[in-house]
Amino acid sequence: MAAGSELGKVRGLGAAHGGTDHWIGQRYTAVANLLLGLWLFASLVLMPSLDHWAVTGWLHQPLVAVPMILFLVSVFNHLRLGLQVLVEDYVHDEGLKFATLMLVNFFAIGAAALGIFSVAKIAFGAAV
Amino acid sequence: MLISILHRVTGDGLAIVGASALVWWLYATAAGAEDYATFTAVASSIYGRIVLIGLSWAFIQHLLSGLRHLVMDMGAGYELKTNKMWSITIMILSIALTAALWAWLLVGRTL
Repeated sequence: MAAGSELGKVRGLGAAHGGTDHWIGQRYTAVANLLLGLWLFASLVLMPSLDHWAVTGWLHQPLVAVPMILFLVSVFNHLRLGLQVLVEDYVHDEGLKFATLMLVNFFAIGAAALGIFSVAKIAFGAAV
Repeated sequence: MLISILHRVTGDGLAIVGASALVWWLYATAAGAEDYATFTAVASSIYGRIVLIGLSWAFIQHLLSGLRHLVMDMGAGYELKTNKMWSITIMILSIALTAALWAWLLVGRTL
C-alpha cells in the first residue's frame, strides 16, 4: 500500500463499491412480500376447503394467478438477497463463497421458475 | 440482540424450507390430484404439522420484525426503552398469534 493518511487511502472508494441496489431491493421486495403475503395468508385461511379441486379452481382465476406469480417473484428475489447476506457473513473462503452464492442463485431462480410455471399451467389450463 | 438473530434465523428458514414447501404445493396442484394427495398426506402428518407450525411462527415473527426494521430504516424507534419494548412485544405477539392461528385451524376447521 502506498504511503498516505488512513483517510486518503479510502477516500472516494465508497463503502464497498456497491450495495445500495441490494439494500433498496431488499426493501422493495419486503413491502411486496408484506402485502402479497398477507393476501395469500388470508386467502388460504379463509378458503372453505384446500382440496385439489378447490385450489385448482382458485388458482385458475386471473386475479389469483397474477398476485401469486408476483408473490413468487418478490419472495424469491427477497430470499436470494437474504441468503446472499448469510453466505457473505459466514463463508469466508473466496472459492467456496463463489460456489455457494452460485448455488443460492440457482435455487432461487430455479424454484421460482418451477412455481411460476405451475401457476401458469393451472391458470391457462381448462376451467374446472 | 435476540430479535435480530431471530429475524435472520426465521428468514433463512423461510427461504429454504418455506419457499420449497410453497413451490412443492403449487407444483403438486399443477401436477394433478395424485401428487396433490401426496402433498396433503405429508402436510397433515405429525411431522408435516410440526414443520407447518414452525413455518407459520417464522412467517409471523419475520413479518413483524421486518416491520420493525422498516420503521428503523426511517430513523425511528432507536430509543433504548422503545426499542426494547417493541422487541419483546413482537416476540410475544408472534407466539400468541401462532398459537391462536393453530387453535383456530385445528379446532375451528379442518385443514
